[in-house]
Amino acid sequence: MWKVLALPYLWLAVFFGLPFLLVAKLSLSHTALAIPPYAPQLDLSRGLSGLAAFVRALSFETYARLGSDRLYLAAYLSSLRFAALATGLLLLIGYPMAYGMSRFGAGARRLLVLAVILPFWTSFLIRIYAWIAILKPAGLLNQALALLHLPPLTLLDSDAGVLIGLVYAYLPFMVLPLYAVLERHDESLVEAALDLGCTRTSAFWRVTLPMSLPGVLAGALLCFIPMVGEFVIPDLLGGSRTLMLGKTLWTEFFANRDWPAASAVAIALLATLALPMALVQRQQARLAGETQA
Amino acid sequence: MSAPPPAAPLVRFEAVGKRFGDVVAADGVDLELAEGEFFALLGPSGCGKTTLMRMLAGFERPDAGRILLNGADIAGLPPHRRPSSMMFQTYALFPHLTVEQNVGFGLKQQGWDKARAAARVEAMLALVRLEGLNRRRPHQLSGGQKQRVALARALAVEPRIVLLDEPLAALDRKLREETQLELKAIQRATRVTFMIVTHDQDEAMGVADRMAVMQAGRIAQVGAPREVYERPANRFVAEFIGEANLFPAKDTGDGADFTLVRPERMTIAAEASPGAIPGRVAEVAYFGDRTRYVVKTDAGKPLLVSQAAGQAPLSLQPGDPAFVSWPKNAEVKVPA
Repeated sequence: MWKVLALPYLWLAVFFGLPFLLVAKLSLSHTALAIPPYAPQLDLSRGLSGLAAFVRALSFETYARLGSDRLYLAAYLSSLRFAALATGLLLLIGYPMAYGMSRFGAGARRLLVLAVILPFWTSFLIRIYAWIAILKPAGLLNQALALLHLPPLTLLDSDAGVLIGLVYAYLPFMVLPLYAVLERHDESLVEAALDLGCTRTSAFWRVTLPMSLPGVLAGALLCFIPMVGEFVIPDLLGGSRTLMLGKTLWTEFFANRDWPAASAVAIALLATLALPMALVQRQQARLAGETQA
Repeated sequence: MSAPPPAAPLVRFEAVGKRFGDVVAADGVDLELAEGEFFALLGPSGCGKTTLMRMLAGFERPDAGRILLNGADIAGLPPHRRPSSMMFQTYALFPHLTVEQNVGFGLKQQGWDKARAAARVEAMLALVRLEGLNRRRPHQLSGGQKQRVALARALAVEPRIVLLDEPLAALDRKLREETQLELKAIQRATRVTFMIVTHDQDEAMGVADRMAVMQAGRIAQVGAPREVYERPANRFVAEFIGEANLFPAKDTGDGADFTLVRPERMTIAAEASPGAIPGRVAEVAYFGDRTRYVVKTDAGKPLLVSQAAGQAPLSLQPGDPAFVSWPKNAEVKVPA
């Protein structure tokens, strides 16, 4: 039994635990003109004294810099704002979509679910590039607007472009958990509400919506968490002034060669997202418990 | 104990018809329910009894005919504006709400004053003997408790008629019998009209003042349980309600096609007597309160004989010769 469990845990230890420790260690070092570009280096050939010297040289200095530099804080807040805004939009679009899907017959429902996951069959990168073709100044969207004698829109290289990209890319992650709870929804509960004096609308607000809240929470967190750290979408669709943590991290690492700062940004991001992730965990555990009851 | 048809009916089905594709769920149904009575709609599954109830609640629309409540056609009324209240077979309790929120659900919707609604919820929980479980959630309740919450919720909104869809089907036998008596007591105490839909004849006969037996979308017979049992309107009713020995009737010109003798009216003996039909015991089943015999007559017809406990005990075994007789007044003429 324990052998079966050992393998995935070993996998996690090697491919998550170890890299995490490396990044955490990096975030406590400082930059240096060297290869690799940071210090101190751990020299285990000197034994314990080497380890002691190494630990003494570590510091939280980078984190202090993160706190004092306005750029990081702005990127941080801007990321949260983008993710929150996109999550709100996703809910507004995804909920009616999932609700509508769940009302269809079994055969049509299967087709509709397929349609939602169909985009996954092409490369994510290609799909985002396709959005460039749609949103660029002389792109498909503006050509269509011109045909209708409407003024063109500037969407590429803007915050709006990033939001469009986020909503597009994460829609399935919002729709599917919502659909999962709405599809299981017992129609007799709605009938009971109607029987007890509810109109269709009030039955939705008093029964269907509150009962689908676990799906709302699951979908929202499933989208919000990765969107905060999203890099590709803001990089390709956002402008040079679009601030997101993922981009900041990339710039620190590759442009500024400031590995400690990049690592500290990553750790800070992880720390913030640990709370919503714990929420997801708790939610899932509770759902599992209720299903068993 | 004969129940006359109601003088001023609370509910009246007039030539109500309903089809689902090729399936006829209701075919020219005429039915009247009196204010304050406990009415049972009995029939095998698929006979259309649930559809009839759902048409009264407003969840289905009749294709033909009218449904009148207090003399007024309710065709245009959506479910939420009908003064009926349904107790669903699955209970349909709201899992995200507590017991008291479930019971108070309809009151909140109707805009009851908070204090008054709370008092009403307490009264309903007391009525179904669930005091103290106010804060529980449905998944923390037993099947019997859920059933009571569902009943309390249906009664809370002060309906003119409570519709109970197979209310006891999900309960085990012992609980079912207790609950039957309780349902009847609650109905008598509240004096609200109850209409129960069931496929279980014991359930229907145990609670109902009057009952209707449905067969393939039509009403086969309406009457008090005793009438229906003792004077079945046709062969289907005779065989569906209780056990029946049916004999093809001699052509007497009175329209009867069969002669019915209920098993408990038959007498079984080990010795021959004048007029008794000879045969052999095929099966013996002991139930405590009665013993049930299957006797194969010499002519080859199986007869069901039920002997109540307390009569002289017989030691008949399968294969033994036996003689079956019944008084003339046990014979009932039944049309096909």
